[in-house]
Order: sequence, then structure tokens, then C-alpha cells
Amino acid sequence: MTDPFVSTQSLTKHFGPVRALTDISFDVHPGEILALVGENGAGKSTLMRLLEGVFPPTRGTIRVEGREVSFSQPRDAHRAGIRVIHQEPEIVPDLTVAENVFAGDLPRKARFFLDWARLNHDTAALLKKFGIARELHPRQMCSGLGPAQRQMIEIMRAVQAGGRLVAFDEPTSSLTDEETRRLFAIIRDLRAEGVAIIYISHRLAEITALADRVVVLRDGALVDDLPAQGVTEERITRLMVGRALSDMFPDRRPGTGPVVLKVEGLTTDHVRDISLELRAGEVLGIGGLIGAGRSELAKGIFGFHRRSAGSVAIDGTALPPGDTAAAIAAGIGFAPEDRKEEALLLLQTILENAVLCVPDKVSNAGFYDRRKARDLISRISDKMRLKASSLDAPVTSLSGGNQQKVVLTRWLACDLKVLILDEPTRGIDVGARSEIYDLIRKLTDHEGLGVIVISSEMPELLGLSDRILVMADGRLRAEFARADASEEAIMQAAIPHGTAAA
Amino acid sequence: MTSLRDDRGVSALHRIADRIGIHNLSLLVALVALLVIFGALRGDVFFSTRNLLNIGMGVAILGVLAISQTGVIVSGGLDISVGSIVGLTTVVTAMAIQATGLSGAGIVAALVVGGLAGLANGVLITYGRINAVIVTLGTMAIFRGIAFILSNGQSISIFQDSFRFIGTGRLLGLPIPIWILVAVAVGFYVFMHKSIVGRNYYAIGGNPIVARLSGLNIPRYRVGIYIVSGVMAGVAGVLLAARTGSGQPISGSDGLELEAITAAFLGGCAMQGGRGTVVGALLGVAIIGVLNNGMILTAVPTFYQMLAKGTLLILAVFLAEYRLNKA
Repeated sequence: MTDPFVSTQSLTKHFGPVRALTDISFDVHPGEILALVGENGAGKSTLMRLLEGVFPPTRGTIRVEGREVSFSQPRDAHRAGIRVIHQEPEIVPDLTVAENVFAGDLPRKARFFLDWARLNHDTAALLKKFGIARELHPRQMCSGLGPAQRQMIEIMRAVQAGGRLVAFDEPTSSLTDEETRRLFAIIRDLRAEGVAIIYISHRLAEITALADRVVVLRDGALVDDLPAQGVTEERITRLMVGRALSDMFPDRRPGTGPVVLKVEGLTTDHVRDISLELRAGEVLGIGGLIGAGRSELAKGIFGFHRRSAGSVAIDGTALPPGDTAAAIAAGIGFAPEDRKEEALLLLQTILENAVLCVPDKVSNAGFYDRRKARDLISRISDKMRLKASSLDAPVTSLSGGNQQKVVLTRWLACDLKVLILDEPTRGIDVGARSEIYDLIRKLTDHEGLGVIVISSEMPELLGLSDRILVMADGRLRAEFARADASEEAIMQAAIPHGTAAA
Repeated sequence: MTSLRDDRGVSALHRIADRIGIHNLSLLVALVALLVIFGALRGDVFFSTRNLLNIGMGVAILGVLAISQTGVIVSGGLDISVGSIVGLTTVVTAMAIQATGLSGAGIVAALVVGGLAGLANGVLITYGRINAVIVTLGTMAIFRGIAFILSNGQSISIFQDSFRFIGTGRLLGLPIPIWILVAVAVGFYVFMHKSIVGRNYYAIGGNPIVARLSGLNIPRYRVGIYIVSGVMAGVAGVLLAARTGSGQPISGSDGLELEAITAAFLGGCAMQGGRGTVVGALLGVAIIGVLNNGMILTAVPTFYQMLAKGTLLILAVFLAEYRLNKA
């Protein structure tokens, strides 16, 4: 076998108290497709960022062709031939295809002028090589391009810049079947040219079809490194999760309470004509691909996005549009996907974050009453088993799982009827994860809440939900009872058919 | 037993340091350093009661503005029109007193006009969705223009002794403006740190998305803080008119907003909002007051004083951002 292009030795990364990666050692060889799998939060993205030089490792080394390297910025990694194709392609919409492909490396004339002729000629050659000369032109503006085309531009950029290791992070999450097949052909061509490939995906079928070798991460550690030939999806799943899935999701009886939330014909700038009902004591799962409009549906129900048509009612009482305060007053809570950007005040303490939605319960005549706040919040956070040195500690001192518990504490302090959880376990370790699943159970079974869970993780969606709705292109596409739902059926419904809606 | 008492002593010191905060502690150190420097250079004059009261008078107006500016910056905004509102309200106060002969009418007119000016800022920023710096840069010129138009470019004298007492009188040995600063500071401290509404400004400035998802009506809060800023500029206008005995369209144009914003950032405000304290702003004001006074006493030429003030603002923001990035 050839010498590895990139190898890592005991690569370790800690973020404050959070151990994102521990002792990762692996090799990638030229002309090899290495699949990197693991649950969300297993450390795949952190590993990619280390390879791309976004931040340095806490410990351990990276070698490129046997030489130890230390990247202080992505530019250094690019120079060493390492390229990552991100889930959201980094394309400048107001530049042409050619300019985007050669961004940062534009050919010059007389040292000062841009050599348009050469730029367009070289781009045309690349487009031909990738077999997409018919649908993309070098001089075309990028603003109108779909996700697949943007991705192609990013791959061409990586290749033209001399990329010798190309890593793909969930490249098929917004592609159609046809686009996926074409991408695979291109990846195989790159392999034939001796490029080393790292391929990250949740879709295990893709991995068994494409990869030469599989590296499995779990909770920041490398649990196995095995040849892809002959490996089954079940085996990979078991390695990823580390235990049987049924342990995490105990049996439950489906909710049969009265309808608490009724949404009819809800339309916002992001979702169209959504109707759904949620019963007390029920867990309603919402599946779909990234960009299908699931978070936007939650924000539409909650009034964060103003609706242009339709209605949202709690216990039969309609909510005014675009009014988050009214939604909260009616008993809706919403824990968004992006905790750092949308849920937490990073400059403030745990306590201040937890009391945000219950000003009346923690004040006297408009003045904040710390004692009341402490009493209320510590009662709830004890039940949640929040691990913190003190409620007055900054919220940023907590791990991801405990930060999520702070967000949930905030909502449990309110008198809720409906709780909407958007990717409730993203970036959370397995222990805290099963605690959150237990909590959802308690809320529905003992307190009669209706819970909506938006999740990209199939085991979570299938394990938690009594009923599953699937979205694509901002609309509801399918509904499954718990008994009828399967990973395949959900994926089938989630992939947009035909060309994406304009 | 003695060791127990020692422990208590240490922990009490710790508690005090904790309460004051590292940031305010470093401001205190800077303030003491300035006092030592100017004391060494011109100790004879600098520490005289008269000079210290001078400093106090000088910072009273600035203090009122720096405190309300802190509120605006905490909410995620900025108000650079306050110097112009001060000028406008001195004119309005003088005109109202001239017309009615009543000191009270002058005060009410200043506060109302200040509040209206703030309302205009707030509405343009929140509902017009225009950047706060641009809006208040524009209204800075507009309010100044209105002040010149109303007064015809002339200074308007105020002869009411009861009004002038606000600027020149004393209570328990301290000038009235210092008492007003104390009242404003206490009021704001309670508001920003103890009231639910005040706490919510930290949430809105810290992360408007989180605030909205927590049910806060952000536009109303934003407009509210600009109105408060305008009213406080009105208070500063009253103090200035009372001290000079006149309403002058030009007053407040000598970099008052620059100093107020500098003091707020020195006091620990963050450019993007969500951070800042009343106590910090007061310490920032004290530093600027001592620096201004000391530079005059040590005969630093005016032109160089301007260099120092501009440098201080940039330095204050640099330090604030540096601290934030390091954290």
C-alpha cells in the first residue's frame, strides 16, 4: 500500500470542559475513499475543522506526507492540499461561475489585470471534465444556482487549487437521487486520479456503496477502523450508537388526549399551507432534509416568522400573527436548534437565562426578586439533574447537554401546553441525550404536554414519535403512524422530486 | 479562633472585589494613577476643594449623558445625536422661560423636546430599519439645525434666578448639578440592574433573536431607550442652560457625545450590546473629568487635548472588544 497522504496521531480537542475529540489516530491514503461515520456530536465536524486548520488541536499531531504540520488558518491547510466541501457551499452569489471556481487564485495579465480569457477557458475545461458543461457556463452568475450546482463549483475549486485530500461533509443532504449518482461518479473519478477522499454521511447505504474503509467515531473517540467490503449497515449502527437503540427509547402509549394545538393552512415566507393537529400527551415527530422548512415551521407556529395566511390555535383560541409573547402566554414553548445563536444569552448567567420567559414569577412590582428566581429555577433544574457549579455561573461554562437543560428549564418554568423541540440533542453526549428523552416522556405522560420534536436523526425520530410528519420544500409531504414509519419510507418522502421549486 | 477571623477578612476582601468586578477595579486603578500623576505635577491646585468641585461640575452633565448612553449601548444601539439635543434643549428652555417667565416651564419644555427628539431617533431606527449610527448622525445635524433656526443663531439669556440656581446653587455644600447626577445615577442603577424591564435590555442587546423568542417586544423597548436618552439629554440641557444663564444653539457641540460614548465604553459597554454598567460609566466619566481638568492645569494645548480624547475613545473600544474576544 502507498504511504498515507494525511495521518493523525492522538489528535485531541477540548473546548473548555467539553471533550470534543480524544486520541484520534487514523490515515488516509491517496486514491482511497474513507467514510467517517458517527452520530451528531460524535466529533466528525470537529475533526474536519482540525484538518482544515479552523482551530488547533489541544494535543496530538497531523502529518501530511509524513511531515508534521501545524495549521493556524484554513489557508495553511489549503496550501498543504487539504480541502473540505462544506454542507453549505461557500459561493459568492454576485460573481460568475468562473470567478467562484478560481476565487483566491484568479489568473492575471501583466500582474495587475484579470485575465478573463484564460479564466473562462480554464473553467470551461473543468466543466467539461466534470461533465456539466451543458448546464453551467463560465460567465453565468452564481446567484440563481441550486445546491447541487453550488456544490459542483466548490468541488471544482478544490480540484483546480491542487486539492489532494478532499473531504465531503454530508454532501448529499440536499441532493436528488440523480444528482447524488453524478456526485458519486465524480468522487470515483477523483479517487482514480489519486486524490484521497474523506466522506461524511448519515446515510449508511451510501457508505457501503462508495467507501473503501470506514472509521467510526462515538462520543469523540475512534471506536473502529474497518474495511468497507462486506460490512453491514447494522454493524455500523451498532458501532455508532454503542448500545441497542431500544434501550434509549422505552415503550410508550400514544397520546389520546384532546387536541391542544391546531394549525390550519399556515403560510409564511418559508413554509406553505401547513395543517396539523397535536394532542395532549402526544409526541409528534417532524422529519425532512436540511432546508426542508422544519425549523421554519416551528418559527411560524411560534410567531417568530409572521404568517401571511392560515391560523394557529391553542385549545381552540386563535393566536395573533407574529406575536411571540402571545404564543408564550398561550402556553407554547420553543427550544430552537441553534442554542448559541437563538436560545442562550451567552454573556449572562444560568439563572438569568432560565428566568427569561417568566418575569412575573420572579418579580415584585416590576423589580427582579433574586430569591424567588432561585427558588423557582433550582426546583426545576434539580429535577433536570443540571450539572453546574452554581446557578450564578456563566451559561457558557456548561457543556452542550447542560446548556440544553438550561433552555428546557426556561420553558418548564412557564405553564406550557405545547413544547416544540428543534433538534433537541444536537451536539449533546449520549448520557444527557437519554435524560432528555426521559424528560420528554415525563412531560407527555405525566403532565399531558403535547411535544413536537424536529429531528434529522432517524433513530431519534423513530424512537420518540407517536406520529411522524415529513416535510420537503416548505410543505408537508407525508404522515406516518408510529407502526408504519421506517427510515426508508421517511427518506423517500423527504427527498424533493423533480427540480426544486423556484 | 483568630485564624477563623483571618479567613473572614480574606473572604470579605474577595467579596468586595467580586462585587466591584475586575473591570471596575481596573478603572479605579487607572483613576488613581491619573490622580497621582496630576497630583505630582500640580498638587497645589489639583487637590484644592475648588478644583475638585470644578471637576464635579464638569462631569455632572457628562455623567447624565454617559449613563443614558450606557442604556442605549446595552440595548444594542448608539446615540450620537445627544450633544445636539443638549444644544436644542438649552434653546427651547430659554425660549420657554422668556415667554412664560416660569422656570418650571423651561424644564418641562426641555424634557418634552428631548423626549420627542429621542422618539424620532427610535422610530427611524426600529420601524425605518435604518442603522442607528446613520440615523443619529443625521439627526445630530437636524437637531442642531433646528436649534439655530429657533434661536435665529442668537444666544438667548435667562434671567430667572430660581432657574440659574439649578446650575450655580449648592445643597449641603455640594453643587446642585452633582446632586442631580447622583439622582440620575441611582435611578438608572435601580432601573438597569434591579427592574425586569432594565434586565430585558441586556437580553435584547445580548441577542435580539433570543429576546424575541422569549416573547419580548423589541421595537417597543428600542424606541423606549432612545426616548430615555433624549429626555436625559434634556436634563443635561437644563443643567447647561442654568449654568451659563443662556440658551445657545452652539452649546453641546464641543464633543459632548464623543465624551459620553467614550465614558460608556470605558465603563465596560460592548459594541454589539448586552454589556455595560452604570457604575462603570460613572468611573469612565470620572476618568475623563480628571483627564480634562488635569490637561488644562498642566497647560496641555487645546489641540492636543482633542488628540487625547479621540485616542481615548478608540482605546476604550479596543480594550472592550479585546476583553470580549479573550473571554
